[in-house]
Parts: sequence; C-alpha cells; structure tokens
Amino acid sequence: MTLPRIFRYGDIPEDKSGAAIISKETKTDWPLWEVFIRSKQGLDHKHAGSLHAADAKMAIENARDVYTRRMEGVSIWVVESKYITASNPEEAGELYEPAESKIYRHPTFYELPDEVNHM
Amino acid sequence: MSIQDLEKIFQDKIDNEIKIEPKDWMPEAYRKTNIRQISQHAHSEIVGMLPEGNWISRAPSLKRKAILLAKVQDEAGHGLYLYSACETLGISREETINDLHSGKAKYSSIFNYPTLTWADIGAVGWLVDGAAIMNQVMLTRTSYGPYARAMVRICKEESFHQRQGFEALLMLSRGTDEQKAMCQDAINRWWWPSLMMFGPRDSESSNSDQSMKWKIKRKSNDELRQQFVDMIAEQIKVLGMTLPDPDLKWNAERKHYDFGAINWDEFWAVVKGNGKCNKLRLEARKKAWDEGEWVREAAGVYAKKRLRKVELLRPAAG
Repeated sequence: MTLPRIFRYGDIPEDKSGAAIISKETKTDWPLWEVFIRSKQGLDHKHAGSLHAADAKMAIENARDVYTRRMEGVSIWVVESKYITASNPEEAGELYEPAESKIYRHPTFYELPDEVNHM
Repeated sequence: MSIQDLEKIFQDKIDNEIKIEPKDWMPEAYRKTNIRQISQHAHSEIVGMLPEGNWISRAPSLKRKAILLAKVQDEAGHGLYLYSACETLGISREETINDLHSGKAKYSSIFNYPTLTWADIGAVGWLVDGAAIMNQVMLTRTSYGPYARAMVRICKEESFHQRQGFEALLMLSRGTDEQKAMCQDAINRWWWPSLMMFGPRDSESSNSDQSMKWKIKRKSNDELRQQFVDMIAEQIKVLGMTLPDPDLKWNAERKHYDFGAINWDEFWAVVKGNGKCNKLRLEARKKAWDEGEWVREAAGVYAKKRLRKVELLRPAAG
C-alpha cells in the first residue's frame, strides 16, 4: 500500500510556493537528515546540508563521507529533517519588527568623547 | 496578496541580490526551472563517475589510482549536495532519480563519450572539469540559496580535479613519443565535445532569457564558451600540444580567441540519445540502482527493528 507523504520539515516549501508535495512512500525510502558540523573545537556546529539514511548511525557515517572529505569537521550532529520547525518567511516582518527600532542596543548609538579609547 | 504582488516582491529580491530560500514564495516556473537545472547537474555528477571509474583499476600508478578514486568520490559527493539542494524545491530524491532512469531528465552529454586511453582521464580533468568550473563559478552566485551554497562547496573541491588532469597530461607531454601521441589524441577527441558542454548558441538557447532575468544564470552560453577557449588556448602552449581547430586564432581587436564552427548536428544527436555511450551510461545507472534495492530495503528494515527495540525498552510514561 502506498500512502501519500507530505514533507513538513523546514526546508521544504508547503502550499504557498511550490506544489504541495506528495510522493509515494516505498519500502526502500530512507528519511532525510539535516547535518550540522563543528569545523574545529571552540566553534559552533553549523548546518552543512542534508542526506538520506536509514538511521542515525548511518546518517553520521554518510555525513562523514559527504561533508568531511577534507577534514572539514571534528564533530557531526544529525537530526531527522521532519523534527525541524522553521519560522515562516511571510511572517518575518512581524517577527523581527520589535528589534528594528531599538538602535540603543548597539554600541554605535552612544557618542563618547575621543579621549575615551577602546570602549 | 495577488500573484502580481508576489511576483513583484520576488523579482525585487532578485534584482537586489537577495537570495531566494526554500520557504519563500516563488513562481512555479522558477521552481521548475531550478528543479530541472539542479537535477540535471546532479545527474551529470553521478553519471560523470562512470567514464572515470572505468580507469580506476587501470591507473598507471598507485598515486594516480588514489587521486582518481578521490576525484570520483568527490563527484559522488557533488551529486549528493545537488540532489539535496533539489529536494528543497519539493521533489523527492526518488522521483528525481526515476526521471533520470526514464530518460525524462538529461545529464551532460559529455559523459556519453568514451574514455579510451589513460590520457583521456587527463583530458577529462583539464577540459571537461575546466569547462564545468566556468559554469560552476558563475553558479556560486545563482539566485537560489541552496543551489548557490552547494556550488560554493563544489567549486572549492573542483579545482584539484582540473589541476590533476592538467598535471597528468603534462607528464605525458614530457614522455616518450608514444605518450605524447596519446596525449595529443585525447585532446583532439575531447576538445570539441568540451566546447559543446556550454550548450547551444545564445541565439538558439530557449531557456536563457528568463534564467538571466531570474539570475539563475549570470552569463550566457557563448560568453562562458569564449572564456573557456581563451583560457585553454593559453594553457595548451604549456603542454606543447595543439588544439584541433585550424581557425583558432587570437583576435587583437576583440581581445579574444576566434575559433571554428562547432558541429551542432553532433551535439543534438548526442543529446537525443545517439552518442557512443548513452545506452551504456543509463544502463549502468539503472543496474546500480536495481542491484542496490535489497541493500536499501534491508537497511530500512533493520533501522525500524532497532527503533522498535528502543521503544520497548523505554519505560511507559506516567
């Protein structure tokens, strides 16, 4: 039996942009995983891309082969894409508006005499 | 909001060099064009492994074998970056691959030419990857974010591909008469197909205008082709070889090399499936896919079984 499958993770457009995505689930379909890589100790993990894998262990092994062939990483995180919730770009205006007017949150807002160096 | 408003916002973003991201509204045709282009690009990387893979077991030294293996592994990686980028547009991986196997989606025609001698591996790296890089460097600035990011990663890795190819040819060009002849022969056979990689002339390319307006492409086929000719015409001198084009000549007025007419009949014949290796390539891809079926299935079943075990062990809530 094939069930309609709708992608719902962050990076897949839903009804508004692309087509509503329905595709056939087959027995060999592996889920999609998002890959995050720490390039060196002391830095954050950063989104590198995605890949398909049957489980988390395989996702990490595949991520090693796909995204770190040139020592780009010292640590890998993987998470199934469906668990990522993304903000809606169409609501970006309202979502970030509160920060827009608060210029006093930036150091450049304050004018100090030249004698005060390095503050 | 009306569709016209949405289209205007979309085009304004493009005009202002703001990247389009997967969840942003986009015209259906933009999405489709990107799916077509990115998936064809991905297929090209994957099919591109075949002509080179052909020489891994016969590379002339352990060093060359290791280099070629790394290069072919990179092509696989590049295919995967691109398939992932393509999926963000709402097409599943499996559909994309089915389209390749059914012949609905194309891949670069260059891979329908055979790699007959070891020198071909050098020529493929230098000319084919060289031509691909021209296109790919432009695409690092393409308007669709995930595609541009994949291209940045690819370009970083690709320059070794071209350099190793040139170096392999350089070795041959300094070798015995036989090796020199092999080098020249490979260049002769790969030169014109490499020029065809940039696609039809601008006057005949149906997708170009809209793609330029949407900044999917930023340079025309003919511009990129000229850039490539100018680069290779200089590099060939270092090899002490010649390009098989009697009309190739520096044009001081244009500040570019003039070059002879491309055989477009050949180009279209290969695109339509009548190249030397079209059938072979597609069969190899399908065979790999079909014979991997049981592996994909077994891994899926095993993952589900393990997941069930973990759930059984978890203490009941409450």
